[in-house]
Amino acid sequence: MTLQAEALACVRGERAVFAGLEFSLGAGHALVLKGPNGAGKSSLLRLLATLLTPAAGRITWDGVDIRDDLERHRRRLAYVGHQDALKANLTVAENLRFWSRLATGRAVVSPALDVFGISALADVPTRLLSAGQRRRAALARLEVATAELWLLDEPDASLDDQGLEQLSAVIDRQLRRGGRVVVATHHEIGDASTTVLRLGDAANA
Amino acid sequence: MKALAVIVYRDLLLAARQGSATLLVLAFFVITVTLFPLGLGPAPGVLALAAPGVLWVAALLSALIALDRLFQADLEDGSLEQIALSGLPLELVVLAKAAAHWLSTGLPLVAVSPLLALTLNLPADGYLALIAAMLLGTPALSLIGSIGAALTANLRRGGVLLSLLVLPLYLPVLIFGVLTVEAAVSELAVRPYLLIMLAGFCGAVALAPWATAAALRLALE
Repeated sequence: MTLQAEALACVRGERAVFAGLEFSLGAGHALVLKGPNGAGKSSLLRLLATLLTPAAGRITWDGVDIRDDLERHRRRLAYVGHQDALKANLTVAENLRFWSRLATGRAVVSPALDVFGISALADVPTRLLSAGQRRRAALARLEVATAELWLLDEPDASLDDQGLEQLSAVIDRQLRRGGRVVVATHHEIGDASTTVLRLGDAANA
Repeated sequence: MKALAVIVYRDLLLAARQGSATLLVLAFFVITVTLFPLGLGPAPGVLALAAPGVLWVAALLSALIALDRLFQADLEDGSLEQIALSGLPLELVVLAKAAAHWLSTGLPLVAVSPLLALTLNLPADGYLALIAAMLLGTPALSLIGSIGAALTANLRRGGVLLSLLVLPLYLPVLIFGVLTVEAAVSELAVRPYLLIMLAGFCGAVALAPWATAAALRLALE
């Protein structure tokens, strides 16, 4: 079981972001995306999430193009982008319960809140949260859905040291149970099972 | 479909928390309709004659009010792409969101319309037909409106463009809605008109989600 990119190219507007990108990612492994701003880290994550269409090349899961069965691929992934996807007038628990019900049909959210240390905020409307607390609530979504593939776009933005530790622990647990993680970050995350993919070198050359 | 109920529930919860959308739509409806007795004068014959048209035109305009945020709010905070990534077909998502929109704005319109009909002196024979026609017509308004809402979801001031896009599509609902009530008032058969309204509603359920989902895919790119 591998997630594989073959000669992947991405064009945004008129600009070629990257081309000829190749990588493969096995179970229990993490891929860390590095590169300067505008190198295409977010674009690559959105390609993997099927939110963008490749300009050339393809992404395969077990040899099958992910665009051949969009709904199946979407059910096995969890994507945390720059936006927190939280409703300001709902409480943290209500927000998470919605995503949990949508993903699994169940509505058990308190363990996920515990993992990120926001249990005390469960009944607080998210409009009253700080940026870091909102980010934790958004990341808690990873814990309520049991996705095989995590796509994290700068998940560490506005997290404090404790939040970073919790995030690392959660990622490690996902890898240990055979999940896969693709993460764009400027921090150090993960251990030996981590591959680093540098974007933007080719584009600058 | 359980996932649909989850989306409808969330949107209704949001509507209840914010509360303003439903109140705004209702207030607009009531004020627009009560302008007519003042503008047309108190002659009862005139008002009764104009009542079906006035009620429907006001309902059409009121239905537009809360439409612009139908998808925009979810698009702005990233919820829409997360819902799209849930693996649920977007067409069903559209159906759920339109249903929630109708429950929070269309149904209240139907509920107050008999009261407003009273202020317009609508003949007694017209009430049942008015409620039946509104019950069939307002869900169609929510569904057809969702197409415009999706097309303008990316625009900062899409409200006016949304009205221009959607109002022409509302014309059949207006025409047959008024005809239904007029038929009842002049003691003609109401059934054929109601059947046409039903057909319109079924057509909207069958076609609008596809058009709206296509527009949402463009918005998400």
